[in-house]
Amino acid sequence: MPPQRKGAAARVSEDTEDLTRHPLQAILLADSFATKFRPITLERPKVLLPLVNVPMIDYTLAWLESAGVEEVFVFCCAHSKQVIEYLEKSEWFSQPNFSVVTIESHNSVSAGDALRLIYERNVINGDFVLISGDTVSNMSLTQVIQEHKERRKKDSNAVMTMVIKQSKPSPITHQSRLGTDELFLAIDPQTKQLLFYEEKTDSYRGIIPLDNALLGDNPSICLHNDKQDCYIDICSQEVLSLFTDNFDYQHLRRHFVKGLLVDDIMGYKIFTHEIHSSYAARIDNYRSYDTISKDIIQRWTYPFVPDVMFSGNSATHLEREGMYRASEIEQSRSAHIGPFTVIGKGTKIGNNSNISNSVIGKGCSIGSNVSITGSYIWDSVTIEDGCDIRHAIICDGVVIKSGAALEPGVVLSFKVVIGQQCIVPSYSKVSLYQQPTVEDSDEELEYADNSSGTVDSSITCTVDTLNREMMSETPASQLGPGGVGHVWSICEGAHEEEWRHSVAPIPADKLAEAIQSLEDDLELLNLDGNALSVSGELKSGCNGTDSEDDDVEDSRDDSIIYEKEVEATFLRAVNENIKVPDVILEMNSLRLSYNMTSADCAGAIFYAMMKQALEIPHATAGELRKSAASIIDAWNKLLKFYSKEIDDQIEVIMKFEEMCLESVKEFSPHFSQILHLLYDKDILEEDAILRWADEKKDAEESDKVFVKQSEKLIQWLREASEEED
Amino acid sequence: MQYLSLIYPHFFFIEGSHATARQAAELLRSVISQQRVPYTNQAGALIDAVRAVGEQLIAANPVELAVGNIVRRVLHIIREENLSLATAAIAGLNLSAASDGDDDDDGERDEHTVLSAAAVAAAARSTLRPPSLQTLLEDMPESATIPHTTSSGGDSEGKSKSADKSSRTRRLKHDIIEAVNELIQDITTCHEQIAEQAIEHIHQNEVILTLGSSKTVLEFLYAAKEKRRSFRVFVAEGAPRYQGHLLAKELVARGLQTTLITDSAVFAIISRVNMVIVGAHAVMANGGVIAPVGLNMVALAAQKHAVPFVVLAGSHKLCPLYPHNPEVLLNELRSPSELLDFGEFSDCLDFGSGTGSPLLHVVNPAFDYVPPKLVSLFITDTGGHNPSYMYRLIADYYSADDLVVRGRIASGN
Repeated sequence: MPPQRKGAAARVSEDTEDLTRHPLQAILLADSFATKFRPITLERPKVLLPLVNVPMIDYTLAWLESAGVEEVFVFCCAHSKQVIEYLEKSEWFSQPNFSVVTIESHNSVSAGDALRLIYERNVINGDFVLISGDTVSNMSLTQVIQEHKERRKKDSNAVMTMVIKQSKPSPITHQSRLGTDELFLAIDPQTKQLLFYEEKTDSYRGIIPLDNALLGDNPSICLHNDKQDCYIDICSQEVLSLFTDNFDYQHLRRHFVKGLLVDDIMGYKIFTHEIHSSYAARIDNYRSYDTISKDIIQRWTYPFVPDVMFSGNSATHLEREGMYRASEIEQSRSAHIGPFTVIGKGTKIGNNSNISNSVIGKGCSIGSNVSITGSYIWDSVTIEDGCDIRHAIICDGVVIKSGAALEPGVVLSFKVVIGQQCIVPSYSKVSLYQQPTVEDSDEELEYADNSSGTVDSSITCTVDTLNREMMSETPASQLGPGGVGHVWSICEGAHEEEWRHSVAPIPADKLAEAIQSLEDDLELLNLDGNALSVSGELKSGCNGTDSEDDDVEDSRDDSIIYEKEVEATFLRAVNENIKVPDVILEMNSLRLSYNMTSADCAGAIFYAMMKQALEIPHATAGELRKSAASIIDAWNKLLKFYSKEIDDQIEVIMKFEEMCLESVKEFSPHFSQILHLLYDKDILEEDAILRWADEKKDAEESDKVFVKQSEKLIQWLREASEEED
Repeated sequence: MQYLSLIYPHFFFIEGSHATARQAAELLRSVISQQRVPYTNQAGALIDAVRAVGEQLIAANPVELAVGNIVRRVLHIIREENLSLATAAIAGLNLSAASDGDDDDDGERDEHTVLSAAAVAAAARSTLRPPSLQTLLEDMPESATIPHTTSSGGDSEGKSKSADKSSRTRRLKHDIIEAVNELIQDITTCHEQIAEQAIEHIHQNEVILTLGSSKTVLEFLYAAKEKRRSFRVFVAEGAPRYQGHLLAKELVARGLQTTLITDSAVFAIISRVNMVIVGAHAVMANGGVIAPVGLNMVALAAQKHAVPFVVLAGSHKLCPLYPHNPEVLLNELRSPSELLDFGEFSDCLDFGSGTGSPLLHVVNPAFDYVPPKLVSLFITDTGGHNPSYMYRLIADYYSADDLVVRGRIASGN
């Protein structure tokens, strides 16, 4: 862009001046305010969980330091003592040009609370980086901060710049590779302003409701579903005061971002910055833990990789095929270590053991004939001979006795013991702690921030209370002889979704199911021609409403859906007293979007009117007729608008006939009366009725019931027309 | 602190070992000047201090061999300065240092009358026994297991001559700092020193091929151009970082006739080339070269067409270690994002489906190892040398005691 280029040099110098005036600050939330990592987070805060043998917070701090941030406020909440202790022991407090300040709170339950507290402390005095302590990145901040500052100069309402990255969601499961829900963004392609942010899509996959105003106000918008939110925000000071003003803002995205996007009074704007060559991702759930671990091992996060020293991780050597080995490893000659494996310092590996795609922590002891695939084994874990471990997370100090097997997706929290020959079923979560019930969950300061999460947990809790008696009696029997720990129960509903967020890859049957449901969705989508064929196709379309597929063979189903829509619209019009011209407008848009003729329209509206008449309570047939008459009277103009042509009118009659035959038999005795009424109201012309009668001449007897019923009327009309002639 | 960039070299994006080497030398100089020196065994104290910092620096980035080289050079300087002072102080006295290391004997025997450290070094160079592989191997475990073997160098000197310390308490430190300054000066001017020789190697109307970008190569070519040699340069772009583009730009800015080619076109073009001139990341003791990725291919192509393959390297790039499995252990695997766009390939990297193991592997090594037999000539700041002579050159700069700065690294490798 030439205009930007011109003043670039001058601006750079200005900005560096700005930077020197305010040291770059960052707020690091050392608490995710979520419960996705339970039961592990009952004992250790999420930010201290090892990610490829280094606590997550070290990745974040190392990145902030390398990106030129000078002052970091670490907000500790859950297990704040542990976080502070860890930081004190680490080198972070003694770095030159990089100060780490901890802020402790015990009663914050959300990111919103945290920011309100920080606002009260009054420590932020300029633009700051808002990040949570479980983010891994290697992006350079200079460009995004410069962009942010430039925007701020032009428009003081640009309070936040959000970092996004391209990442295609799976078209089958509709979740990103990080296990989060598919994200839909609407961005102004010129200014990069964020206009719309939606994490969850409707049950109709690929349909997102967009505000009309969005399309109206912006000359062009770009809809993306292939972007990943990196949860790295460059914020202005106002963000903190906004949180204070809106005390109900809890979640950064769900409340704050959406709140700003919806609120057009204050006019605050959020912008996006897309990164291309650098990496940024946040660990949200077990699946992202797995994915990001693999990204680190595959060196996407370079230079934050195991064999490069940062923040005092021990020296690790990278060998062929992405095998990382720390020092002092005792490995049997016959043990086989496959590619993309990290082995921590002082670990022992016995004969014929097979390890692949896994991370093994420090000081573990692994027996012989053990098979470990795709697992994350933390420090000081003992695995005895002949165990089979697939896609599990095993925390510090766990003992797995000989012959035990972990099925995919198991999480073993600290110091659990699995007994001999025990088979732990997939997606089990085992902890020394009992699953907390609703009452005692407040001892821990994590906050279930998503609605589904809270629902889940409450369900699990109720189920848990039921199961509790059973469990407390024989807590260890499920874990084999000598097993120690409680198996957390998973309620049915949660289990359905468990595979989405687990470390284990999605099992084939779930994928098949997802593909099946996708196909079902696809059929549904084809029914209403409005929707785009596959949600994945949405990514490059710059306006969301161009329809491509209206299949002829599906037009029947189409018309059914259309009729339903019309009915709903009409009902709303009646209930909300919407004026006729407005209803016409809506009907028109429906007609266009479903690609219907005005005849279809007339039929559908009439159908809706009759349905409505039926809704009005009636005791006798006469009352029914009266209410029908009154509705026709009221919406006369609407019906007339669509039944200008003879053909349209015939359609109305046919529709009526069909109704009386099939769905709404109550009207059948009144067919001729209502027909007459319609004629009187000038909705139907005599030609229409006569032609309808002519058409029916050759029909079967059963079809002629209504023609016969209205014989008198037809006769009268015929005579009248002949007279005229 | 300036040495942050050495501890976290990856985050400061220092390109090339030249700047790193100079920073390391400056850092060690400040370490020496800040070190409090005891009355006895000054050299020992200094060596320990430098060694301790050096260990950290090397561990921080074992792949950047220049740092280790500088640490060893500085250690060597301390030993030599100490030695020259000692000999000066006890001039005429016959010291029975037979039990000490050979180096000391050699040194003392020769320069009873010589006082300057430079002369000591020169003398030592002329008589130094060649460090054969055997002696290297002998030394290595010794110094690795028994840390006090340093006594063969400065320690014993310090001990035995602690009597007359007062006169040279300050002098030792002063001399060492002077010598380190000289080293820094050498590193700073190595480009010019190498470039001075350009005229002897580049002839009229020649075609020169290079790959990637190197400051030394740029200066070298420019020096030849300055001397009114007219020649053409082919620059292979050096994927995936395409530093060749930058070099081509620089060359054109300096008025050299330049042609940019892809790396894959090197073989096709090599028959037209008179000489390949490239820079190096490090030169190993056996004459092998750690060089930007793609150079092994260029060297092989040059060999096939009997084109001289010339490597330019400042003396700070001479590494006293012998490479063992250099393709892996002395390599650095960089981010795959230099090769491909993460977003475009993100669906190939979805671990949620299938077996959970990644099907797409991206390998992006930073360096190639060019074996000595493919190198025709090394040009360092001291002149041109054969690959087989490198070990000899290296013996001038380093003391055999310092080859292992830290025992763990050698055993780890």
